[in-house]
Amino acid sequence: MTGRARVFGDDINTDYIITSRRKRESLDPLVLRHYLFEEIDPRFAASVEPGDLIVAGKNFGCGSAMEVAVTAVRGARIGAVVARSFSRTYYRNAVNNGLLPVICDTSRIREGDKIAIVGHEVHNVTTNETILAEALPKIMLEIIEAGGPVPYFRRWGRFNVGQVTDLPTKE
Amino acid sequence: MGMTLAEKILARASGRERVSPDQIVVARVDLAMSHENADLVRKSFLEIGVARVWDPSKIVIIFDHRIPAESEKTATTHKAVREFVAAQGIAHFYDVGRGGICHQVLPENGLVRPGMVMVGTDSHTTTHGAFGTFATGIGATEMAGVWAEGRLWFKVPSTLRIEVEGEFRPWVSAKDLILYIIGMLGADGADYRAVEFDGPAIRRMTVASRMVLTNLAMEMGAKVAFTPVDGVLLEYLRPRTAEPLETISADSDAAYERVIRIDAGEDLWEPQVACPHSVDHVKPLSTLGEVAVHQAVLGSCTNGRLEDLEVAARILSGRTVHPRTRLLVIPASQQIYREAMHLGYLETLVAAGAVINPPGCGPCVGVHQGILAAGETCISSTNRNFLGRMGSKDSLVYLASPAVVAASAVLGKIADPGAIVEESELCLMEV
Repeated sequence: MTGRARVFGDDINTDYIITSRRKRESLDPLVLRHYLFEEIDPRFAASVEPGDLIVAGKNFGCGSAMEVAVTAVRGARIGAVVARSFSRTYYRNAVNNGLLPVICDTSRIREGDKIAIVGHEVHNVTTNETILAEALPKIMLEIIEAGGPVPYFRRWGRFNVGQVTDLPTKE
Repeated sequence: MGMTLAEKILARASGRERVSPDQIVVARVDLAMSHENADLVRKSFLEIGVARVWDPSKIVIIFDHRIPAESEKTATTHKAVREFVAAQGIAHFYDVGRGGICHQVLPENGLVRPGMVMVGTDSHTTTHGAFGTFATGIGATEMAGVWAEGRLWFKVPSTLRIEVEGEFRPWVSAKDLILYIIGMLGADGADYRAVEFDGPAIRRMTVASRMVLTNLAMEMGAKVAFTPVDGVLLEYLRPRTAEPLETISADSDAAYERVIRIDAGEDLWEPQVACPHSVDHVKPLSTLGEVAVHQAVLGSCTNGRLEDLEVAARILSGRTVHPRTRLLVIPASQQIYREAMHLGYLETLVAAGAVINPPGCGPCVGVHQGILAAGETCISSTNRNFLGRMGSKDSLVYLASPAVVAASAVLGKIADPGAIVEESELCLMEV
């Protein structure tokens, strides 16, 4: 996955990703994409292009557990969020709604940098730097590969984990 | 090596002897709760194509975010959920006028108990750790899988232990303590972690006050948060359930990521306030200077319980709300509403100039009643003060205890209750 970095700071909460006022009017991602980040960056929605990638600092997606904060991002055809860390609800919701969450050091990525995500590596094509990302737990990869929990469930009929998947992630 | 409370509950729910942090397990879910977003869960559930939910006795649905319906859209959502509840035979359904805020209604009805695993499609589901329940928030799509199968995968969290001793100073409460802790640890200070609150100062707290800690632990990212399963808790739960109650605790040799010790009297000299626009932007009240307030909100899953209404009624008794300020009071449940009415708290609050909103989330989520205009400032006993949270993005929200909210309503500016109520007066005061 390759795209242009759209850079945000630390502790971007779900209300900043999509404000409650807009959620009240509609939950349709194709409507909500016009209001992405409007509280903190009113020009973002008009400038976003399909394939852009969100790059953020720590604790991205803190706040509400509402999935619309993920689906609205997907509505703008953003495929991944690369952040130093995520709130746990956003991380899970991203996986469950086809938005790839990538955890790595984002401090040297600048607005507009061209970024390529390949496996566990994030390449900053603009600066020619490679950043190692955390591996996703196996069950998360399987859910993403299936296209979300609904198709996953239709395939397996259950969370397919009789066996433990001991894939620790770095903190 | 022993296990923390989170590890113990997850080990049992996943059929294992023991589990350790970062391990991924699939655990049995004992209770699955949703509010209005049950409609989103319902849609995903129908897509999965399973005819019946796994166990209609283990699903709880409570309307609280937008009650009574404020729009035709919400009314349609409510209607669709009611029809689903009837078709699936879901046992625990709390419609408008029957319940209140989900995080209050569950414990009131004895539905959360020590050792259970509970998931809710609401981030403040951590509240139920005050009942010894491993309780955490999940998204609606994931909940559809729980409705279908009754299990969910979890990453075993590492645990922070926070031990609190000492005596609270006058007008310093559980809310001030947890704001102080969030200020210290930051908005991600407990991200993906379990938190165990313990120590003599916690064990002396009422169940209602303990719920303030486990509720707001979410605002530092906690996956789950616990207060002790002790006599105080069992006394609360016994009249509310016929189910057996077990005493469950962490092992004395459990491994903690970090242990934090706080002396309530030494570390907390005065009420704390979370300033705009983040919950970890916490300052001692006296350092704020003069902050005029246009709206004061007393309510929410954080602080809308009987003891919160009581302290507000004591402060507002014989006083009136300042002319430039509106005071909104939202009892957390129908049951609390009735008790507060019976005890005269609502009479006192209304006489002082308060508006009583129906039990629900109300203005806390910024979608239903009590919305702020540009340029307005609100002091609120709720849980989030993000930019635009309660209305205009040009409004300001400060978070504080119910006592500070009440005192601020009287003076029309953020105020320490000690500034208007003498301690001796508090003891003598009759509501």
